[in-house]
Parts: sequence; C-alpha cells; structure tokens
Amino acid sequence: MNTVVCMKQVPDTETLIKINPEGTGIVTEGIKWVMCPYDEYAVEEALQQKEKFKAGKVTIVSLGPDRAIEAIRTGLAMGADTAVHINDAAFYEKADPYATAAALAAAVKDLEYDAIFCGKQAIDDDSGQVPAILGELLGLPVVTLVVKLEVSEDKTKAVATREVEGGHAVVEVSLPAIFSAQKGLNEPRYASLPGIMKAKKKPVDVKTVSDLGVSVEPMTAIKEMSLPPARQAGKILEGEDAVEKAKALAKALHEEAKLI
Amino acid sequence: MPGILIYAEVQKGEIKKGAFEITSKAKQLVGDVGGEVAACIIGKDVEGLASELAKYGADKIFIVDGPEFENYVPEAYVQAFAQVASQFNPSIILTSASAQGKDFTPALAARLQVGSISDCVDLSVSSGKLVAKRPMYAGKAYAMVEAVKEPQIASVRPNSFAIEEIAGAGATEKVAVSLDSSKIKMEVKSLELAASEEPDQTEAEIIVSGGRGMKGPENFKILEDLAHTFGPTATTGASRAAVDAGWRDHSYQVGQTGKTVSPNLYIACGISGAIQHLAGMGTSKVIVAINKDPEAPIFTKADYGVVDDLFKVVPPLTEEVKKIKG
Ligand SMILES: Cc1cc2nc3c(=O)[nH]c(=O)nc-3n(C[C@H](O)[C@H](O)[C@H](O)COP(=O)(O)OP(=O)(O)OC[C@H]3O[C@@H](n4cnc5c(N)ncnc54)[C@H](O)[C@@H]3O)c2cc1C
Ligand SMILES: Nc1ncnc2c1ncn2[C@@H]1O[C@H](COP(=O)(O)O)[C@@H](O)[C@H]1O
Repeated sequence: MNTVVCMKQVPDTETLIKINPEGTGIVTEGIKWVMCPYDEYAVEEALQQKEKFKAGKVTIVSLGPDRAIEAIRTGLAMGADTAVHINDAAFYEKADPYATAAALAAAVKDLEYDAIFCGKQAIDDDSGQVPAILGELLGLPVVTLVVKLEVSEDKTKAVATREVEGGHAVVEVSLPAIFSAQKGLNEPRYASLPGIMKAKKKPVDVKTVSDLGVSVEPMTAIKEMSLPPARQAGKILEGEDAVEKAKALAKALHEEAKLI
Repeated sequence: MPGILIYAEVQKGEIKKGAFEITSKAKQLVGDVGGEVAACIIGKDVEGLASELAKYGADKIFIVDGPEFENYVPEAYVQAFAQVASQFNPSIILTSASAQGKDFTPALAARLQVGSISDCVDLSVSSGKLVAKRPMYAGKAYAMVEAVKEPQIASVRPNSFAIEEIAGAGATEKVAVSLDSSKIKMEVKSLELAASEEPDQTEAEIIVSGGRGMKGPENFKILEDLAHTFGPTATTGASRAAVDAGWRDHSYQVGQTGKTVSPNLYIACGISGAIQHLAGMGTSKVIVAINKDPEAPIFTKADYGVVDDLFKVVPPLTEEVKKIKG
C-alpha cells in the first residue's frame, strides 16, 4: 500500500509562547521544534499499513522552512521511505490552511498513493482544517478523527472508526481517501539507531512553491497576535480540616462566584 | 451581499445549544453587516425545530429535510448547505466548532472557494468586515484574523457567547436540494453513542476533572457524584496522566492533545497543572484546584484553591453543594 503522510514541524508542547514586538507573530528563537504529535500517529499508521500489506512506499510531505528537515528526518528514521520538503520560507510565512493545503495538493499530485494520512490538527495554529481542504482540492473523501482503520485486501475501500460527539461512528469509504489521525489510533514508534543512520541516506525532494506551480493567495490573514491576560493566583481557602475547607469553597462558589 | 447565515446543527433530534449561541451573536452583529439572520437546518424530520431558531433571532430558516440526511456525511451536508448559501448569498457564515462543525466547516469553505477561521472565541464586525479572535498554541496566544473574501466563514467555540431570547421573523423555507450522489464516497455503517445524557466536555458549563492524584479508575465515582450534583450541564474530565493510565477514555482528556474547554467552572482534582493541561482549560471562567501539594503549578492559575487530600475534600464538597441547591 502506497501512502502519503502530511507532516508539520511545530514548537514542542512545553514551549512558552512569546509574541514579537510588532504583534504579528511569535518569537521563534529558542524554540525546540518537533514533529506535530498528531502527525506521529499519521506516520505510524502509514508504516503499519505498509507492514500489513508487505509492500508499498511511505512518502512524507511537509511544507516548512529549512528547520523542517529535522522533523522530516525523524519521520524517515521511523521508517518512511522518501520525502518531499516544500521549502519556501516566504510562502510559509503567510500560508493559511487554504494555501497550505494548495501547496500540499500540488506536491501530492505527482505521487502514487492509496491513502493520505494527516494529523487531526497542527498544534501550533490549531486550525484543524488542512485535511478537509486537501480533500476538496484533490477530490477525495476525508475521514477525520480516525481512531481505527481497516483497509480491504484489494485496497479499494476502508472501514474507519472515527470519534464523534458522545461516541464513535464507523464509516466505509472508497480509496484513495484522506484520514486525519486522532490520539488512540496507534502507539507511534521511536526511531531506532539504525533507523536514524538509514534516514540520512533516504532521498528528500526539495521544492519551492513555484517549482510546484502553486499560485494561490491565502484566504485568511492574521492581523494581530496577543497573549491571553495573565491569570492571577486566587484565594486559598483556609479551614481547620478538609471538611471546613470544602465548606468554604462551596460558600465562595455560591456567594462570590455565583456558580451554584 | 448582506446577511448572516448560520448552520444549525442537530443532534439526537434537537438543535444544539451552540447553534443558539451563534444565532444570538449573529443577531447582535447583523446591524453592522446589514440584511437578515438566516439559519439552515439539515437532517431527517427536522422541520419542527425551526421555531426554536426564531426564538433566538433567526429571521429566516432554511430547512433541508430528507432520509438521505439522517446521518451526518460531510459531502452530502456540504452540497446541501452550499446550495442554501448560494441562494441566500450571505456576507458571513457562522457554524459551531463542535466535533461535527470542525469536520463540516473547512470542507464547506473549500467548496465555496473561500477560507474559514476555526474555533473562534470572539467575533466583531468593523466596517462590514468580520474580525475573529481565535486561540492558537492551545490557548497560549490569541490571533485576530480576517477573511479575504466573502462569504466570511467562522466556526465558534461552544460556550463563547450567551444565548439571548430576542425573536426573529422566523419565516421558514423548505429547500429541495439536488444531491450529486456520485461524489458521496463515504457511508456511515454504525453509530455507537453513549447512552449518557452528559454534555460533551467542550459544551459543558461545569467540568470536574481528575488527574494522577485520583489513584485509580474506581475513584472517579466521587467526581461523577459532584458533577451530577451540579446538574445536567456538568460533566467530568481528566488529565493525560489519568487517560494514559487507562483510568478514563481519551474522550475525557483535557489539554493540548485532548479537548480544549472553556466552562464556567473547572474543578481540577489531583492535577498538577502541566503546561499542556493548562493550555486546554486556561480559558475557563473560574478555576478551582484541589491538590495536596501547595507548590503545584495549578494554584498559580486557580481562582480558588484548596490545599488538602482530595479524597477528604470532594465528598463533603458534594454534600455542601447539595445543601445549597436545596
Ligand atoms: C506532547 C505532549 C502532550 C501532552 N498533552 C497533554 C494533554 O492534552 N493533557 C494533559 O493533561 N497532559 C498532557 N501532557 C502531559 C503533561 O505534561 C503532564 O504529564 C500531565 O498533565 C500530568 O497529569 P497530572 O497532573 O494528572 O499528573 P501529575 O503531574 O503526576 O500530578 C498529580 C497531582 O496530584 C496531586 N495529588 C496526588 N494525590 C493527591 C491527593 N490524594 N489529593 C490531592 N492531590 C493529590 C499531586 O500533588 C500532583 O500535583 C502532554 C505531554 C506531552 C509531552
Ligand atoms: N505545513 C504543513 N506541512 C505538512 N502537513 C501539514 C502542514 N500543515 C498542516 N498539515 C497537515 O494537516 C494537519 C492539520 O493541520 P491544521 O489544519 O493546520 O491544524 C496536520 O496534522 C498535518 O497532517
């Protein structure tokens, strides 16, 4: 089974976000960059499908500046075969979900695949839109929030379990299709030492957006960024014992906060 | 192209609360946009629900009703809504950023060849243009975002706006959509929905959440009891440590790789307050922390803190809440 994984490099979840003085974006110095955690599930799923079918190729596609190569190498070290790095800092800077999906769609067009795996959302912009837009641009069905996937022997269809409000839905979809990975789909493997060594020699096709012939403009624009108002530490409720403290808390929630 | 069109999501035969929230907000904004507030309901046997939308401000209600819409299938719903949208031709489209809304909205926007701004927590209109505020980096930052083209589409995080009863004209119109079924490549085989009437964490007004300090799955009962005491708008949540230990299902997880919630009240029990957890609940209106470690980072964000053993605090708290509620 041939698959494509759309993977984004994002700040580590530990990162404290700072806004630049112009208020247009975040301060990127000093950030530790990692593969988006949801994209780890996507890579893992692609590898497991390849292993199940004992054939095929996993291609990682990532739009990002120079630094994104590190996350791409991580994916190759996990076991992906090749990668396309859309390295175009100027485009990336302004790219909204639509422009991102358009660039990814252009890169994917030349590849052979039975399925495309994405993460549920990139944990930097938190937009959760790219898989759906990619589906529209490629004319493919999109199954989001997948927690279980079974591909038919002949690779013409798949049965996916997806998270819905209050439970799960089981859907059948024709392939090729796009799947966005939710936590629970699998347990991503770590890159092994031999894997890391091999990854260095795996081919990465570097392209600019104009190489791909993409000429879209973003559909949305960030006008200003800010930090949330700092939350002040509040009141510690005192009391002789735990029961007294519980009473004080209930009283505060009732009389001050007016929540009960 | 004046007017605001709302997607009124239906679940279990009822219009979701989030749809009323965005209808109320649209009613406030429409003066600056011009035109009317319209809503669109899609489903099977949903015609009777229209009057509820009128109560919260819808001037016009489009109804797409048929057996083919019994289950949510993105392609079918997108086709239907896109036809209504091209008929009404609104300046703004609003949806709720519920689980379904998050799936539906970007697909709809791409079909209309415009962008959409997802999971917004505030909206305003300035010289006819929508300005949407949305969290990024799991709430560690906010961005003000504008759309380049019309219709300007935004999905709104549940609980961001209050519901107000201001009646709209409420004219209904049944729309007969023509579905291109050759494009529908997905079919719902089965739905497994929990029987519980608890609201989803993203929509709950009160969340009682437990972490590693809960010690085991059986102890979550005391959190459920407290949540039930608060009433039907309350539910429980969990930290990743509790989920990874297998004590709670992943659907309960709050945080950067779980749900982002903003209830009126969030009670964190035995949760230390790691940055990834705080990211998911930092916008809660009131935060309570119950933790035996006075140095736990959660206390720096909590409006009210109790430093003690949660197993000694939670049961009497439940009793007190019961007394107050009478
Ligand atoms: C990529 C990534 C993504 C992540 N995403 C998330 C996420 O989405 N959500 C999330 O929650 N975490 C997430 N984490 C994990 C996060 O870093 C923390 O490990 C986790 O939140 C800790 O959970 P906890 O507070 O329950 O456990 P701990 O940090 O172990 O804290 C337990 C607390 O319970 C208190 N306690 C113990 N016993 C009692 C008692 N009897 N009474 C009162 N207090 C008691 C202790 O004092 C302590 O403060 C993520 C981590 C990574 C690396
Ligand atoms: N720059 C990018 N390069 C590759 N894949 C991306 C990029 N941005 C988003 N994606 C994919 O789309 C998913 C959802 O991202 P988003 O819509 O930005 O939240 C991610 O988990 C990735 O799989």
